[in-house]
Amino acid sequence: MDKVIAEKKKITRSNLITFAMVIIAYIVVEIMINTGNVSSLFKGLLVPLCIYSILAVSLNLVVGISGELSLGHAGFMCIGAFASSTWSMIMKSTSMPEGLRFFIAIVIGAVTAAFFGFLIGIPVLRLKGDYLAIVTLAFGEIIKNLVNALYFGIDANGPHFSLEDSMHLNMDGGTIIIKGAQGITGTPKNSNFTIGVVLLLIVLFIVLNLINSRTGRAVMAIRDNRIAAESVGLNATKFKLLAFTISAAIAGVGGVLYAHNLSSLQALPKNFGYNQSIMILVFVVMGGIGNIRGSVVAAVVLTVLPELLRGLSDYRMLIYAVVLILMMLCTSAPSWIQYRERIMMSLGKNKKVNGKESN
Amino acid sequence: MKKILSVLLAGTMAATLAACGSSSTGSTSAATTAAAGETSANSGSASSDLTWKIGSQGPLTGGAALYGEAVVNGAKVAVDEINEAGGINGYKIEFKTADDEHDQEKAVNAYNSLKDWGMQVLVGPTTSSPTMAVASEAVNDNMFMITPSGSAVDCTATANAYRVCFSDPAQGTKSAQYIGQHKLATKVAVLYDSSDVYSSGIYEAFAKEAANQGIEIVDTEQFTADSKTDFSTQLQKMQAAGAELAFLPFYYTEAALVLTQANTMGFKPIFFGVDGMDGILGLDNFDTSLAEGLMLLTPFAADATDDATVNFVTRYKDAFGSTPIQFAADAYDAVYIVKKAAEAANLTPDKSVDEIGTALEEQLKTLSYDGITGAGMTWNEGGDVDKEPKAVVIKDGAYVSAE
Repeated sequence: MDKVIAEKKKITRSNLITFAMVIIAYIVVEIMINTGNVSSLFKGLLVPLCIYSILAVSLNLVVGISGELSLGHAGFMCIGAFASSTWSMIMKSTSMPEGLRFFIAIVIGAVTAAFFGFLIGIPVLRLKGDYLAIVTLAFGEIIKNLVNALYFGIDANGPHFSLEDSMHLNMDGGTIIIKGAQGITGTPKNSNFTIGVVLLLIVLFIVLNLINSRTGRAVMAIRDNRIAAESVGLNATKFKLLAFTISAAIAGVGGVLYAHNLSSLQALPKNFGYNQSIMILVFVVMGGIGNIRGSVVAAVVLTVLPELLRGLSDYRMLIYAVVLILMMLCTSAPSWIQYRERIMMSLGKNKKVNGKESN
Repeated sequence: MKKILSVLLAGTMAATLAACGSSSTGSTSAATTAAAGETSANSGSASSDLTWKIGSQGPLTGGAALYGEAVVNGAKVAVDEINEAGGINGYKIEFKTADDEHDQEKAVNAYNSLKDWGMQVLVGPTTSSPTMAVASEAVNDNMFMITPSGSAVDCTATANAYRVCFSDPAQGTKSAQYIGQHKLATKVAVLYDSSDVYSSGIYEAFAKEAANQGIEIVDTEQFTADSKTDFSTQLQKMQAAGAELAFLPFYYTEAALVLTQANTMGFKPIFFGVDGMDGILGLDNFDTSLAEGLMLLTPFAADATDDATVNFVTRYKDAFGSTPIQFAADAYDAVYIVKKAAEAANLTPDKSVDEIGTALEEQLKTLSYDGITGAGMTWNEGGDVDKEPKAVVIKDGAYVSAE
């Protein structure tokens, strides 16, 4: 019994460190902004940092906790972005207060992405490993191409849809909101750093609590041994679907922040294509699969890094790739880990001599 | 063990943030000193401390790098030329570029990094989506920006944004008018890139205007950025529909494939392109005889014989070893437009970004400029340029005026 309590205390402490890390980072940055010590580049990066942290946490829930490889997260982000942006564009001309409109936009983004996550999850989660990765990859691309072909407008007669072009909408005046490949322009800029951090904290709270809950343990049990878990009566499909849907909803929230941070929203291969999905996966792998705090740190480091390297101009992407490989080696290669552990051990011994606990 | 690791990770995060902070402190202070008087080492001019700081951005890496390179190179040629001739109002120009990877978010980062450097005027961005994202940021600083090639309508939606190229609808409409007025064909098939802002924008305007011109669009085919190597299905359908003219509103890299594949299957209508088609004759491994008879509307032809174009093309070739495409010419003109407006307003670089922006915007309302991409360019309230496209037809591997 004591052991269980001690274990719980350890988890709580670990979670608190995660929250504290984000809050301290937020306070430090706010102080720096208010004292005028921050460049425009860094100010512009603050919201993207929150967006990618949220996405990394979201994917870690699927990859780390549920143990499934999903390569379609940019697709959920895309759904969240377009759904919420459409809502904001429709309501922009009404007298609805901005705060409420953005709050509803976040909810819409999360719910729409969750709905698609649920829908995709039903057939997809019957697959395992590589097959799941391929299907989710295809899903992400389908979403991107669908959005690129979608025309949506609203006039006095209600909404109009078309997959052809804007002429086929048969609009009677009114405004065209989604213009196919030209996407949505003029989304209000509602995202800011404070909202981003608050959302990140909420997401962390949800995910960390989920992991340490009965449901979370069930999900992990299924990940570790599906047959054993099912034999004690756990419904594998249900729990996997649950984790996948929550993850999709969180990715949708990331998309909402993304859409409301830039005034123009287009589904380009760069922002919603598989490259983006893989980038999010890189955050997760580098931060440590299953390590939520690690994914936040990795997302921050890997988003800031290419911007810090701007001074190197043409060699920027080359150096970025080299640094990425080195970091991966450092965090994942067995020989590097052994080396690191030896250093840690010697540090730990010193600590013991000083009368402090190690581990 | 885990605890130490977490402390380390938190430390890494703090260190990154601190690194950003410190580097940014450096650049902000650099920016402030730049406003007062340039002192940093990268200043080329020794005699005059004060310089203009003109920035440019575009995709310098990735799939669209061709266009970004052309823009920054074209602008570089103009900047060097102006500096040789004594600068703008007696002040030399410093020029800096940033990579935006053809991505909205990265474009805003690139813009911010140029702003930290002390940029006063932006000649860019290159592509449409980044231009829209940057314009909505730049309007807060009232930074004057003139995009050489951001052609989507909304690129110039803000008061501070102007452009040198045609807008997409203008090109589509003008193409339809040209085909209608010259009675080139009545049965037209269109092939366009439905995933591309530029291509779909031109197509829509073309289709709208076609009805007014008595042109029947017999077939409309699409492709996307993910599948732009095999066009045989689309071409077969266009052929079966009995098209006399094929309208191809996209870039020359894909057009080269379309022409090759159409030739193989014996589909020989009149091919009609827009300004993105410029450059097809300079493409490696492309049999230029396939482009015989290809018509295109373009404001710029690299083998024109007027002095200004010859001078630009020679300088560009000397500096970068390739023939400039229209993007480069647009950027070259953009820098000269800034020069002319700044001289008309009698501006000096010690003014703030906001003051420069207001003055240049005021000038552009009345300015008329003769450049290599058009004579007598003027700008309307919305920031769109008014200039006449030239229709050219390719004969014996060279542009010939179609008039």
